[in-house]
Amino acid sequence: MSMRTLPLLFLNLGGEMLYILDQRLRAQNIPVDKARKVLNDIISTMFSRKFMEELFKPQELYSKKALRTVYDRLAHASIMRLNQASMDKLYDLMTMAFKYQVLLCPRPKDVLLVTFNHLDAIKGFIQDSPTILHQVDETFRQLTETYGGLSAGEFQLIRQTLLIFFQDLHIRVSIFLKERVQSSNGRFVLPVSGPVPWGTEVPGVIRMFNKKGEEIRKIEFKHGGNYVAALREGSFELHGDRVLKLGTNMYSVNRPVETHMSGASKNLASRTQESIAPNPLAKEELNFLARLMGGMEIKKPSGPEPGFRLNLFTTDEEEEQAALTRPEELSYEVINIQATQDQRRNEELARIMGEFEITEQPRSSASKGDDLLAMMDGL
Amino acid sequence: KGIITCISCFQIHFLFSGSTPPINTFPHGPTISGALVLAAGTWSGQVLVFDIPAKGPNIVLSEELAGHQTPVTDIATESAQGQDCVVDMVTADDSGLLCVWRSGPEFTLLTCIPGFGVPCPSVQLWQGIIAAGYGNGQIRLYEATTGTLHVQINAHARAICALDLAPEMGKLLSAAEDTFVHIWKLSRSPESGYIEVEHCHGECVFDTQVCGARFCDPSGNSFAVTGYDLAEILRFSSV
Repeated sequence: MSMRTLPLLFLNLGGEMLYILDQRLRAQNIPVDKARKVLNDIISTMFSRKFMEELFKPQELYSKKALRTVYDRLAHASIMRLNQASMDKLYDLMTMAFKYQVLLCPRPKDVLLVTFNHLDAIKGFIQDSPTILHQVDETFRQLTETYGGLSAGEFQLIRQTLLIFFQDLHIRVSIFLKERVQSSNGRFVLPVSGPVPWGTEVPGVIRMFNKKGEEIRKIEFKHGGNYVAALREGSFELHGDRVLKLGTNMYSVNRPVETHMSGASKNLASRTQESIAPNPLAKEELNFLARLMGGMEIKKPSGPEPGFRLNLFTTDEEEEQAALTRPEELSYEVINIQATQDQRRNEELARIMGEFEITEQPRSSASKGDDLLAMMDGL
Repeated sequence: KGIITCISCFQIHFLFSGSTPPINTFPHGPTISGALVLAAGTWSGQVLVFDIPAKGPNIVLSEELAGHQTPVTDIATESAQGQDCVVDMVTADDSGLLCVWRSGPEFTLLTCIPGFGVPCPSVQLWQGIIAAGYGNGQIRLYEATTGTLHVQINAHARAICALDLAPEMGKLLSAAEDTFVHIWKLSRSPESGYIEVEHCHGECVFDTQVCGARFCDPSGNSFAVTGYDLAEILRFSSV
């Protein structure tokens, strides 16, 4: 599997999160200055230099649970609060959106264009903050440096790594169902018409050549689809027409964003299996989380700025209902790792270590804890 | 280099030699009859060749074939016995390069067919014809001994994931991420000897990004398909 997948996964999921938060902030009529502050704080945390440095190191993809913890922290990087049920729903929407984008990318390399679409939109949210804009441009440059020279084969591997990460997720998303992009069983619709990817020829032609390489015959066959030639290639420059629409903000028109959780018992069963299976990468994941979140510079809310709660559902009652009906095993456990000289820190970490215990020959848990504590001390 | 490690890391393709012939056979030089030769493609581009004796557990690495610089994606073999052509094995890689080999006391590289910017995830070999499926949806048919391109098919709108052969009838199956599976008939023109191809059938596996496909019988009357996010194996038969 590719060791270069994490930056793409993180940035695109982060982009989707911002689209959804922006839409909910507007729908809930949060005052403009507060809404702007929330987005600015989250974006500036996401693109901080230290965080990006950790992100771009070649590494394996970790579990959905581990990654979810990072987004939980990110979403709370400002004065906004989200309940467990709302955070769950946010994460579901984010993951299904990016899964859709990866699946429908015409060429494996187009996942980079999807990422650039997200970054372009993010720059739109922070137009009035030159410092953060600079951070985003810097990340752009790092993406080009890391991915600009990769071959088609390497991009295909990245694509496969991402698809494996999203395998068996079939949450039905209202906006996808309405646009007939997702069918009622949760599977995405794969169209067999439209432009072919850049670099692919329209199927339906057989060409035959002689020994000298001269074309001697050309016949057509019925291939079953309804494809046309690609118009032009999207731009990989800092500014440019990406051509591809995947990764642009589909919530920009004011529409209620809902997910259907009911009637998906089959989905629930498969996801339960995934979350309770022992995770062999547990220790590595914990270290990765510590490093990544250590790199997050969370600003403490200054002054008398009061926090507020954002609801991903249309009413508070709906949110409560969702929290009640969600099975216990599926609740993503939020691990609070605080990089502060906290009295409770040692006990907290020891408890986390206990939760991640893998069944193998017993090692002294003290040594595992020491490694992580030492790392935290260094932050 | 233990064989157990190999099986977990590499793509493995079995070549049988000796008296009981399954699908791919070829005699491998002066080895004991009944012995196996195993060729494994690696991440680094090397093709490792192992001798597996008929009796005993000693598997020996006999050769390391150099020819590829990028990960090997697929290996195809065919018995060259009783034919004019002497090609036994074709290997393909992530850059689209194909290497054509002849077996013997050692493997010899006969010719290379360069890539053109896309990976070649799947390759097949039949009666001296190399069929290669590429990441841009094309199938190309080459004359194995010379490496000359004879047929180019714009077959799919997305990357091809699998090719399979039904050797009795010369049928070729291609499956791709565009949800389609196509069946082709390979042949040679009786006058010129040039490779020819005819499209037989196309099947759309709705909303499924196909990952793998295989014929279920040697005459190619039925095939099975696997796909991304699909828990079932779908089987199609001609009526």
